Amino acid sequence: MTVEVGTELPPLSVRLTRADLVRYAGASLDFNPIHWNEKTAKDVGLPDVIAHGMLTMAVASRIVAEWIGDPGAIVEYGCRFGRPVVVPNDDDGALVEVTAKVTKELEDGTVKVNINAAFEGKSVLTGAFARVRVS
Amino acid sequence: MPLDPSFIGRSYQPSQPYDVSREKIREFADAIGATSPAYRDAEAAKALGHRDVIAPPTFAIVVSMKTNETVMFDPELKLDYSRVVHGDQNFIHHRPITAGDQLVSVAHIDAITSRMGNDMVTVRTEISTVEGELVTTAKSMLVVRGEDA
Repeated sequence: MTVEVGTELPPLSVRLTRADLVRYAGASLDFNPIHWNEKTAKDVGLPDVIAHGMLTMAVASRIVAEWIGDPGAIVEYGCRFGRPVVVPNDDDGALVEVTAKVTKELEDGTVKVNINAAFEGKSVLTGAFARVRVS
Repeated sequence: MPLDPSFIGRSYQPSQPYDVSREKIREFADAIGATSPAYRDAEAAKALGHRDVIAPPTFAIVVSMKTNETVMFDPELKLDYSRVVHGDQNFIHHRPITAGDQLVSVAHIDAITSRMGNDMVTVRTEISTVEGELVTTAKSMLVVRGEDA
C-alpha cells in the first residue's frame, strides 16, 4: 500500500443507539449512569444520556484499523474529549461521522493520521490522531 | 480546594494481573462494531505476525481504568470523584495487547494543574506483562470540575 501525506482514508459513519451504549458499558466495565440513565444525566446538567467518550474514541479508531488492515500497526492513538455525543432514546440514536487524513511521515517508519469525529456537524474529539506503522 | 501538587510523581502499587482472553477481546470488538479478523480469528492474527488475536487500540482502557480508580479513590489525594470527567486519553502501544497476556499495571501521577477552578490530573499507567515486558503506556487526563465551574 502506498501511503502519502495527504492520503484521505475511506470515511466511516457510525450510528450509536442506547443499546450500543449499554453494550459498551458491559464490555468496557464503565457503568457510569450518565451513559444509560436519563435522570442521572439531566441531574448533572447534560441534555440527555451521552455516549462514553471512550466509545466515540474506539469507534473512530476503526477508520484507521479498517484502512491499514493490521490494527496492530496502530502504535499510538490519542485525543481530547471536546464535546459529548448526545444519544436520544429512539431507534436512530446519534450519527458519528469519522474522517481521517495522513498528515505527516515520521522517521521511525510511521505516519501520523489526523482523525475527525463529528456529531451534528461539530467535532467531538479534539486533536485526535493515530501514529501508524507503514514500513 | 485545589489538589495538592506534592502528589506529582507519586506511584501506586501494581495491580493484580489481568488475564486477556480471546472472548473479552471479541466482546469488546463487538461493542465498538470493529470487524477486523485480527480481533476474532487467531489464524488471521497469526498471518499478520501476532501470537494470537490482538485487542483494539482502546482496549487498554479496560485495564487502565482500574488503576485510574486507584488514584481517584486515594483517600490522601482527596479527589471528589463525583466531579471527575475524562479530559483526554492517549495510548502508546509498544506492541499490541494479545490474548493470553497477563497484564500488570502501575499508575503514576505525572501532573496536577489548576485552571479556571478546575483541577487536571494526568495519570500515566504503565501496562506490562507479568514477565516484565512493557506493552502499553496509557495516559488519562482527568478533570475535576470545580464547585463553580
